[in-house]
Amino acid sequence: MSNPQPILELSNVHTYYGNIHALKGVSCAILPGEIACLIGANGAGKSTTLMTIFGVERAAQGEIQFKGEPIHHLRPEQVAARGVSQSPEGRQIFPRMSTLENLEMGAFLRKDKTEVANDLEGVFELFPILKDRVNQLGGTLSGGEQQMLAIGRAMMSKPELLLLDEPSLGLAPKLVEKIFETILKINKSGVTIFLVEQNANMALTISGTGYVMETGRIVLTDKASALLENEQVKKAYLGE
Amino acid sequence: MVRQELKKLVVYSFFLAILLIPMLGFKTTAFEPGRAFKTLGVFVAILVINFIVKMIRSRRKPSVVKKAPLTERMGEHINRLPKIYTIGGLIGLAVIYPLLADNYMIDVAITCLIYVCLGLGLNIVVGLCGLLDLGYIAFYAVGAYTYSLLNLTFGLSFWAALPIGVVLGMIVGCIIGYPTLKMRGDYLAIVTLGFGEIVRLVLNNWDSLTAGPNGLFGMKRPALYYPSFAEDGFAWATYYLKSLPALYYLIFIIAILIIIGVRRLDNSRIGRAWIAIREDEVAAELSGVPTTWIKLLAYALGAAFASVAGAFFAAKLSYTNPNFFLFMESCIVLCIVVLGGVGSIPGIIVAGFVLIAAPEVFRQLEGYRMLAFGAIMTIMMIIKPEGLIPASRRRRELHETHEKNPTD
Repeated sequence: MSNPQPILELSNVHTYYGNIHALKGVSCAILPGEIACLIGANGAGKSTTLMTIFGVERAAQGEIQFKGEPIHHLRPEQVAARGVSQSPEGRQIFPRMSTLENLEMGAFLRKDKTEVANDLEGVFELFPILKDRVNQLGGTLSGGEQQMLAIGRAMMSKPELLLLDEPSLGLAPKLVEKIFETILKINKSGVTIFLVEQNANMALTISGTGYVMETGRIVLTDKASALLENEQVKKAYLGE
Repeated sequence: MVRQELKKLVVYSFFLAILLIPMLGFKTTAFEPGRAFKTLGVFVAILVINFIVKMIRSRRKPSVVKKAPLTERMGEHINRLPKIYTIGGLIGLAVIYPLLADNYMIDVAITCLIYVCLGLGLNIVVGLCGLLDLGYIAFYAVGAYTYSLLNLTFGLSFWAALPIGVVLGMIVGCIIGYPTLKMRGDYLAIVTLGFGEIVRLVLNNWDSLTAGPNGLFGMKRPALYYPSFAEDGFAWATYYLKSLPALYYLIFIIAILIIIGVRRLDNSRIGRAWIAIREDEVAAELSGVPTTWIKLLAYALGAAFASVAGAFFAAKLSYTNPNFFLFMESCIVLCIVVLGGVGSIPGIIVAGFVLIAAPEVFRQLEGYRMLAFGAIMTIMMIIKPEGLIPASRRRRELHETHEKNPTD
């Protein structure tokens, strides 16, 4: 990970929801192959950051670069086509599509059918339970399965950079552990991961770099291991 | 338990009797003992019938429990038949229909087919893409007026005007689609409703172009061209489709083409994208669906189908006026989509026929015709919320949710 060229770089990004100034100059750089995490309280702007990277929300100011090319002016489908994918917060799967159809939607932009079939097997290897639920409707899956489906769907586009929005939200502790194990596995296969989490402890444990966000700004940036020892972080996010 | 059941029975019967009072011609102006007795008799009769039905049901319970409702069993039965035979049979029936029916019945069938086309078009917008459109009839008006004006002003034939009407319909579809891209549900419904009214009011008030409420008339009927070998050599002869059976065959072919088109769209990548947008727009966006274009495409294609139906409608009547395009028409088309089963092509075809033909069948009831029509719709929606022939996806949704797996 000595490559100095970041895969994703945000510089001074501002985003507005109407009159609300949600991101007030966010800057960060994610290196290829690492897991970076963004922690912070509810409403700090973590999800907005991801949505802005993806072009769902438009950056009013600032620049976002993916592999050295600016992407802040692109539409979501164009960002997706460049190799970014996102598993949204709150398991936004397609409730009335089967598990298989959900996963196929993840490969919407791809035309290489045989490779898609291979990757489908890959997702089933990551999440064997999904194979058992292949014909079940997304909406009838359990919370954990829906989260797995959301991540699996994001993997189906064969991303270079995977944005994960609160993968542990509302899951039992045991399941959270399992999900984080899988995230590590995905990372080992060569996918860079940008993780947004409220479960700061877990997120910092598996991450290389950590960012702490407060009311639309990144207030702390450090090695994740250092943040775990940081008094401020401990007090505010680790509950110690 | 038994007392409760009995109580239920009495209350139900009472309500049914109240609903039926208008049909008995019960007048509120003067009290007539005879009629009052008649009403009481109806109530008792309903009570007895209900009671008997209940008895039979409770006695048969053990064997009945596992069986699905009648309509569903019929649906399954239809599904089990080899598809080719079913479809072939239906097409055959439709082809010989004009030979069996009188002009009035053919006319009703033509109207039914027009509404089937409209229903299939709206199904793209509402059923597949999930955008509630209450002004759909505006596109029908666009088709009708485009043909009328082109034919009256420039003498363009039906076939030449049709593609222009389709393109214009698509443009108007995008005009309404573009500003509403970020809207959903109730808000979208209100905007589209307003749009539908705007189109109608423009047609009503733009006297110099549309002749206002008087409407346009004198358009040529659709024509067929065939080679003829008269004494002065080879020439194209024109045959205007004036008779009802001829028009019936024309709209029948149009409907078949639209059905094929919608079916292909349904199974395509675009169809998938529409359903994904309906299910969860943000998730669809994150999956790389270009939501802006795909939604505009839904509006444009829905409008195109309506425009074709509208052009045919104007050509058939050789007359059109703004009052054909009232809000009520949009409602009926929406009812066809919902009643048939959102997203289901066969369902919409059946519902188109049921909803348009039912008021005709009920003509004997005279003033209470629409009451009976409303009652049928209400009952339908209560006993079969997923529609007459639900799309497989919807059926799963409404009948399999209880099979939720309990484990995490």
